[in-house]
Amino acid sequence: MADNKAKSGQAKSGRLLDIRNLRIEATVYPPGEPPRTITLVHDVSLTLEKGKVLGLIGESGAGKSTIGLSSMGYGRGGVRITGGEVILNGRDILKGGKEGLRKLRGREVCYVAQSAAAAFNPAHRLMDQVVEATLLHGTATRAEAEKRAVALFKKLSLPNPETIGERFPHQVSGGQLQRVMTAMALCSEPDLIVFDEPTTALDVTTQIDVLAAIKDAIRDTHVAALYITHDLAVVAQVSDEIVVLRHGRLVEWGGTRQIIKEPRQEYTNALVSVHEIEHQEQQPGTAPMLSVKNVTAAYGGGHVKVLKNVSVDIFPGQTLAVVGESGSGKSTLARAITGLLPPEQGSVVFDGRTLGNRLADRPKEDLRQLQMIYQMADVAMNPRQTVGTIIGRPLEFYFGMRGRERDKRVAELLDEIEMGKGFIDRYPAELSGGQKQRVCIARSLAAKPKLIICDEVTSALDPLVAHGILKLLLNLQQVEKVAYLFITHDLATVKSIADSIAVMYRGEVVRYGSKSKVLTPPFDAYTDLLLSSVPEMEIGWLEKAIAGRRMESAGN
Amino acid sequence: MLDIRRIPIAALIGIVLTTLFVLAAVFAPWIAPHGNAEIVSDVPWEPMSSVHWLGTDNLGRDLLSRMIYGARITLFIAVLATALSFSLGAILGFSAAVFGGWFDTILSRLVDLLMSIPTLIMGLVVLSVLPSNLVTLILVMGILDSTRVYRLSRAVAVDINVMDYVEAAKLRGEGSGWIIFREILPNALSPLVSELGLRFIYAVLFLSTLSFLGLGVQPPDADWGGMVKENKDGIVFGIPAALIPAAAIAALAISVNLVADWVLNRTTSLKGGRG
Repeated sequence: MADNKAKSGQAKSGRLLDIRNLRIEATVYPPGEPPRTITLVHDVSLTLEKGKVLGLIGESGAGKSTIGLSSMGYGRGGVRITGGEVILNGRDILKGGKEGLRKLRGREVCYVAQSAAAAFNPAHRLMDQVVEATLLHGTATRAEAEKRAVALFKKLSLPNPETIGERFPHQVSGGQLQRVMTAMALCSEPDLIVFDEPTTALDVTTQIDVLAAIKDAIRDTHVAALYITHDLAVVAQVSDEIVVLRHGRLVEWGGTRQIIKEPRQEYTNALVSVHEIEHQEQQPGTAPMLSVKNVTAAYGGGHVKVLKNVSVDIFPGQTLAVVGESGSGKSTLARAITGLLPPEQGSVVFDGRTLGNRLADRPKEDLRQLQMIYQMADVAMNPRQTVGTIIGRPLEFYFGMRGRERDKRVAELLDEIEMGKGFIDRYPAELSGGQKQRVCIARSLAAKPKLIICDEVTSALDPLVAHGILKLLLNLQQVEKVAYLFITHDLATVKSIADSIAVMYRGEVVRYGSKSKVLTPPFDAYTDLLLSSVPEMEIGWLEKAIAGRRMESAGN
Repeated sequence: MLDIRRIPIAALIGIVLTTLFVLAAVFAPWIAPHGNAEIVSDVPWEPMSSVHWLGTDNLGRDLLSRMIYGARITLFIAVLATALSFSLGAILGFSAAVFGGWFDTILSRLVDLLMSIPTLIMGLVVLSVLPSNLVTLILVMGILDSTRVYRLSRAVAVDINVMDYVEAAKLRGEGSGWIIFREILPNALSPLVSELGLRFIYAVLFLSTLSFLGLGVQPPDADWGGMVKENKDGIVFGIPAALIPAAAIAALAISVNLVADWVLNRTTSLKGGRG
């Protein structure tokens, strides 16, 4: 009876998912304190109509993934759903027990993970993984499922749709793998797909293709979707409605147009307007501090050329941004400058003297002047060393500081990166993503360098946190007069930090000059593609961008 | 920092037993009721009694006393051999991973060569040629075992050596000493500690094997393995004297591994074991 009632109610409203007063808790083990329970999601309610797309957006820790996964009754990493109802297709899935969930997952609800590369099993062919859920649920025979998969590959515009299923995950590119994963989710014809940051790990030029493919597939299959991301511009392209979350609470819920055009809450407004940092471009000085002269570098004993005749200059106290997609050789340029990958030809001139090609040939003083900050702050710091050791080591190593003098300087540096003294004894695992990157910045500053190479330092961070890091870097540049070589694929970042820009494509510098010069039309085809691929917070941008571009992206 | 109430029961049992073994080994001359080689009974294999708690052995010596002295020899040799194999194996393994190139190749092939000969055969050959004393015994056991540790630590260090934080240290200009001992070692400790518990027991067993074959500890001294050998004939007559040292080996194996597991749990924490 109750079942019938629910079904008829559902038919009337077309409501697919109804989350009511969802409460999610987890037990944490803080240092030096007894374990306690914290609430990650506070009584959030939301609904999703059939065939609609709901965007969930917020910073890390806002609970967006946690809420998304609750629609499959799943709590990641010891997270418990302790209250509320998750009603899917008219029944509360939290009451269905293990058996009920097993029937639900992979059939009614499917999941697309952020990192497809990590989510695929490298030991099995793509096709076997794509049709697995369909076969296990017995909704189709293998032949039917494979036919369906091939049709989906076509729809997602994957190359060689007939044969791509025979490949292994490492044999296709990241953007393709993400689309195969979408095909996997669609294959069992579910009612709902949870997309968990599906394009965050991709280059802008690849992101736009994947985004378009996902959008088309959603439209053609009439599946409903929860689209989780921290990028408002991305979610604006695909969703009908947007839910803004913060600290596990619902901040604002409205139509896409209303959220991005007329945000009602202050926090939403902050998210919408986050990207702009005003940065006055500095004119290049007379003598460059670091010149890269005709550098050619290769991996594999000269077989794979990754840098071809690259020349750029960096002036004291200024920022050179190196832009390009993955594989364009921008990180390799950093490795050639630091001496990690000795160039085959060409030289690096620093302060008027030619630097040794190999790391081992360089004196300590040269090493001190050139510091580096990495993309992944968590692996750039030794997890077994405290913040005090991490920041203090360059002080000991370069300046011979010991004991109290060293601790005092560490405290000063912590102050400079806007973190308190209390962090000195913490381990990296006890810091948030933004704090980790700040500690890495302090470590490089401790050496009092003239140049810091920043390799995608904000790519792994939330927009608001990245914004803070960029501001910090700009402030530090004012105070310490340090120059930056800023490697990134994000053009919004470039606009807010660079004085000059070098655009790299397949190991060559295709466009180079001051910021205003590089960002002023007429553009070459590649710069145009890069610029037009940066998502804009505008409805209908995606279609316009796809229609208007002049070349295909390489990641395709 | 170390709260005794937070130690799990299994680890507590392990700690208590291991401590007992160690205490017995250290204070053997004061604890043991009789001398190691002192014959106290005319009859071999006297049953357990209030005078001789564990009975007597095949020559009529007090078994409890011999067990206590045996603990001393067993632990002494096993500890030193394990320490040798770990310092040698880990340092060489880490160095091979950090330096790479020909250093790594030569060392790794040498280790392969050593490992291709069964340890026991190798030990038998070397020990029957060299003079039979404690130093050679420890050296042979340590070096043979270090090949295993080398393989493990090299494999672990190769993975760690490509991490960004090691690269950052190299960019800073750090020497190999800092990289090996301060960057790699702390991060390789977990697999090494778990291996340590296992290897220590292998050392005890290997020593027992050697003694059983007559190439280990020479009489009248005996480690536990040697004592099994001395008393093995009694088993046919239903005399349990051989089982007691065997049980001691088993108890030591289990207790040491209980402790190693617990240390392992603590070292895997990335929050300084505070969580």
